[in-house]
Amino acid sequence: MINQEIKSYFPILNQEINGNPLVYLDSAATSQKPVQVIEALENYYKFDNSNVHRGVHTLGNRATEKYEGAREKVQKFINAESAEEIIFLRGTTTAINLVAQSYGRANVGEGDEIVITYMEHHSNIIPWQQLAKERGAILKYIELEEDGTISLEQVQAAVTERTKIVSMVYVSNVLGTMNPVKEVARIAHENGAVMVMDGAQAAPHLKIDVQQLDCDFFAFSGHKMVGPTGIGALYGKKALLNEMEPVEFGGEMIDFVGLYDSTWKELPWKFEGGTPIIAGAVGMGAAIDFLNEIGLNEIEKHEHEMAKIAMEKMGGIEGLEIYGPKDPAKRAGIVTFNLNDVHPHDVATVLDMSGIAVRAGHHCAQPLMKWLEVSSTARASFYLYNGESDIDRLVEGLRSAKEYFNDVF
Amino acid sequence: MSFKNLDQLYRSVIMDHYKTPRNKGTIENDSINIEMNNPTCGDRIHLTLQVEDGIVKDAKFDGEGCSISMASASMMTQAVKGKDVETALGLSKTFSDMMLGKDYDDSEDLGDIEALQGVSQFPARIKCATLAWKAMEKGVHEQEKS
Repeated sequence: MINQEIKSYFPILNQEINGNPLVYLDSAATSQKPVQVIEALENYYKFDNSNVHRGVHTLGNRATEKYEGAREKVQKFINAESAEEIIFLRGTTTAINLVAQSYGRANVGEGDEIVITYMEHHSNIIPWQQLAKERGAILKYIELEEDGTISLEQVQAAVTERTKIVSMVYVSNVLGTMNPVKEVARIAHENGAVMVMDGAQAAPHLKIDVQQLDCDFFAFSGHKMVGPTGIGALYGKKALLNEMEPVEFGGEMIDFVGLYDSTWKELPWKFEGGTPIIAGAVGMGAAIDFLNEIGLNEIEKHEHEMAKIAMEKMGGIEGLEIYGPKDPAKRAGIVTFNLNDVHPHDVATVLDMSGIAVRAGHHCAQPLMKWLEVSSTARASFYLYNGESDIDRLVEGLRSAKEYFNDVF
Repeated sequence: MSFKNLDQLYRSVIMDHYKTPRNKGTIENDSINIEMNNPTCGDRIHLTLQVEDGIVKDAKFDGEGCSISMASASMMTQAVKGKDVETALGLSKTFSDMMLGKDYDDSEDLGDIEALQGVSQFPARIKCATLAWKAMEKGVHEQEKS
């Protein structure tokens, strides 16, 4: 159940900012962390810290068990077939870069196509730009519909037999749009391409089933789903990962090392060069336990509800424009907007003075800003610890911002 | 709701420059032409300067951004126009010190620029205020190099 009690697990939310109780509406950038996650990190360092996969001593074994235990939690969380398909990395950006540099370099050649969309985060654009430049491949963008959604007709038109990779965001970090990624994966596969999903904004909010989505790769970050920063995961289908070469070489990832040649460990460790992000993985595991306790279906329902209420109440403010799908059922708890005549930075500063944290800027999505024909926007994003009273505070803050700027003008 | 702190940031002189920017546009026969953006937020400025015999004869800006960045650009062009390049760079240093909350050189008349002093209390907004000045500095240095 989502209720006010949940908020009490997040110590950071219990403070005043600029003399007002904090309302945190920037979870799409990073979520806050519950005591359960903070304690898991603390306990790991207090009682279990050691390096993994080596040594005979007890702490080494305990750390290894915790680290690999976290991998199994991630596996179950997204319903991967086996834990070998889960690679711990720094986050979504690193995960997509790994796919581009390993799978991409080996499989994309001159004249081949990589297909993405106008609503991608920079982390799902630039790795492909670099790959396309290096391989002489063509980077294609799927156009968006008027309401900021993707139509399968456009996908059909863009994906051809020359397409080797289709990469798409599941939930847009700006528009909140939930994309029909499963259907897109089918189209990709019909054309012999692999499907990469950027799940950074999806994993915290929806039940993910990679087998049912039939994606080839799924990338996501721990810090957006109440876990610590610096940890994320890449899911890949075992057959593909087995074929792929590592991109980072060194300790941890090797089997035999000779003077001039070496061999790699099995999956997933061949992709985890160097001492892994052990505490981060443990924290991510604790985050998953926390989310499971509440239930992803409950969280998703709550966010649709928040989006619906926010759009209704914010829609009542004259001169406020909301971007993305008008239908709350088509979007997650992300509401990006602009207030007439007041620049988003100025909006964010006024809100901050009222204790309300929102994001202002281009949200790491410059091509999308261009498509929206704006240079920047303000964004309120909701998570399980937000309630209707937070939306009321936001609306009140926005009205004050409007008044303030009308007065000073 | 009252916003006493905000009044330190959004002084009426600043809002006046934002609403009716001075020196908006581009110079045809420019000697310095530079574009700069703030990659974290998307603010963008296009600055053109006409420098003759070491004097900034004309300065114009174009771009998009928040009230602070646009007002600061407007004030900057106003401040450097008619000054020699060295004085303009000196003003930029003064402005940077002011933003960092340091003691600054007020021997030169700062005019409207002084109104931006309150920005130093809003760390997240300092980059908005310094964008135009950074562009000016970079433009001058690039010209010196060539």
